[in-house]
Amino acid sequence: MALDNADILNIAKLARLQVDASQVDNYASSISSILNLVDSMQQVDTDGIEPLANPLDAQQRLRADQVTASNKRDEYLAIAPKTEAGLFLVPKVIE
Amino acid sequence: MPYTTIAQLSQGLKNGTFSSRELTQDVIADIKARDHLYNSFITLSEEQALAQADVADQRIAAGEAAPMTGVPIAHKDLFCTQGVRTTAASKILENFVPPYNSTVSQLFVDAGAVSVGKTNLDEFAMGSSNEHSFFGTVKNPWKLDAVPGGSSGGSAAAVAAGLITGATGTDTGGSIRQPAAFCNLTGIKPTYGRVSRFGIIAYASSLDQAGPMTRTAEDAAMMMNVMAQFDPQDSTSMQMATPDYTTSLNDSLAGLKIGLPKEFFEAGLNPQVAAATMNAIKQYEAMGAELVDISLPNLQLCIPAYYVIAPSEASSNLSRYDGARYGYRCQDPVDLMDMYCRTRAEGFGEEVKNRIMVGTYALSEGFYDAYYLKAQRIRRLIKNDFVKAFQQVDVIMGPVTPSPAFDIGSKTSDPVAMYLEDIYTLAINLAGIPALSTPAGFVDGLPVGLHIMGDYFSEAKLLNVAHQLQQATDWHMQTPNSI
Repeated sequence: MALDNADILNIAKLARLQVDASQVDNYASSISSILNLVDSMQQVDTDGIEPLANPLDAQQRLRADQVTASNKRDEYLAIAPKTEAGLFLVPKVIE
Repeated sequence: MPYTTIAQLSQGLKNGTFSSRELTQDVIADIKARDHLYNSFITLSEEQALAQADVADQRIAAGEAAPMTGVPIAHKDLFCTQGVRTTAASKILENFVPPYNSTVSQLFVDAGAVSVGKTNLDEFAMGSSNEHSFFGTVKNPWKLDAVPGGSSGGSAAAVAAGLITGATGTDTGGSIRQPAAFCNLTGIKPTYGRVSRFGIIAYASSLDQAGPMTRTAEDAAMMMNVMAQFDPQDSTSMQMATPDYTTSLNDSLAGLKIGLPKEFFEAGLNPQVAAATMNAIKQYEAMGAELVDISLPNLQLCIPAYYVIAPSEASSNLSRYDGARYGYRCQDPVDLMDMYCRTRAEGFGEEVKNRIMVGTYALSEGFYDAYYLKAQRIRRLIKNDFVKAFQQVDVIMGPVTPSPAFDIGSKTSDPVAMYLEDIYTLAINLAGIPALSTPAGFVDGLPVGLHIMGDYFSEAKLLNVAHQLQQATDWHMQTPNSI
């Protein structure tokens, strides 16, 4: 499976990764080589085989709906890149 | 005090031969003096370590010591440590100081162990050579221009160099066992769900498991006694009792059935590694074990299945690094999209970006069934092979890697060549079974590991089997020339 430059730019956008024009060819070749590696699995007959999501086929364990964690707002804000008035600050979203 | 064991240090602390403070000071001084050779540590936490050592000394004096109390250890820099920088060897977390401990780090604190610092790794645990670290390549103590393996390469190099007696690692596709093999250590990947993943920076959540890296199986058992606990904060943690892993180390192996999968000994395996592996396995015949030829017919499919599942889960897990709440943020973003895209492009290294791109593609609209779901179906075929094998045999043995440690720089230009190195380790994570690497001799002066795989939750048996080999041989006691 070979990817072209438009594919790479689309994947990069979905992945929220800025890719410069000079890097597109490199990504196209390295990602295509990985996809070629994994393509061999398409030859395998897996009809009737259930997908294995958890290796133990375990079900998600549930817990009682009770508050267990304490409020650590100040500690979390202290490690944020930018904060204001007790909030995480990001570039303006709405004009 | 280089080249001792956790068991010996535990005894010395108990007997009052030295205090934890003296020991911790020695260890930190030794790391400062010698780690420039290996680059195995990213961060030393001297102040916190000495405070922990003092608490440990009080516990020992009060007669309240647990076996690990006062023993210095190190954590792979993927385990969140409260108040101590945790980077995942990435620029994006270069200055991240977690406000909480991973469950594993907390369990070691509770046990009274002393954490002296954080060890180097491939960025976000993605790699088999420890060349993909924002903090530089780690050197193999057995040959300084060879890789230590990865991703837990810093933990492996630190223990192999005698800088520390035990370190934590994580294993998503071989990241404990392969560096253990390359550095002559005992390293165990427990059953999926045996050790809590809470607070360990996630790579591929359905594959990740943490485990110890030590010189001996006895030390690994001592660390497993601390680490392997049910954790309500990890929804995949198994709610079951933990055995005392040290009590069964001396069990007899008479009648043990050892399966040898033919697929582990086919083309691609270095003949000298094959010979060393078989020589180690033959030791078990003298202990009364029986060798049984078996087959794991879907083994080769582990590479495509893994390199779809792991990048897919990684692309999802790493979406949290958005520059908004913690970690790196690019300079002067013009809008939100610009902040995301530049923060991530500048913060992640090339191998991480490659895997995010592959995973994003595999999970994107129209491709999910052909990639992720297909890989999960193949994952079940691989698991079924192991389930069938364990109806016949007690443990499976083979090589850990196709060849010994390779030279730094020799495989970096071709990611696919690097991926093929993982052929013997990936299937174990896909199946979720436990496996370990134990020293099995040397090829041209470089260590070789013996891979011992067991049925679900058979960690005590695996450690018993490794310990018995370590009683009969002295490969694990050899020291590298660089120390």
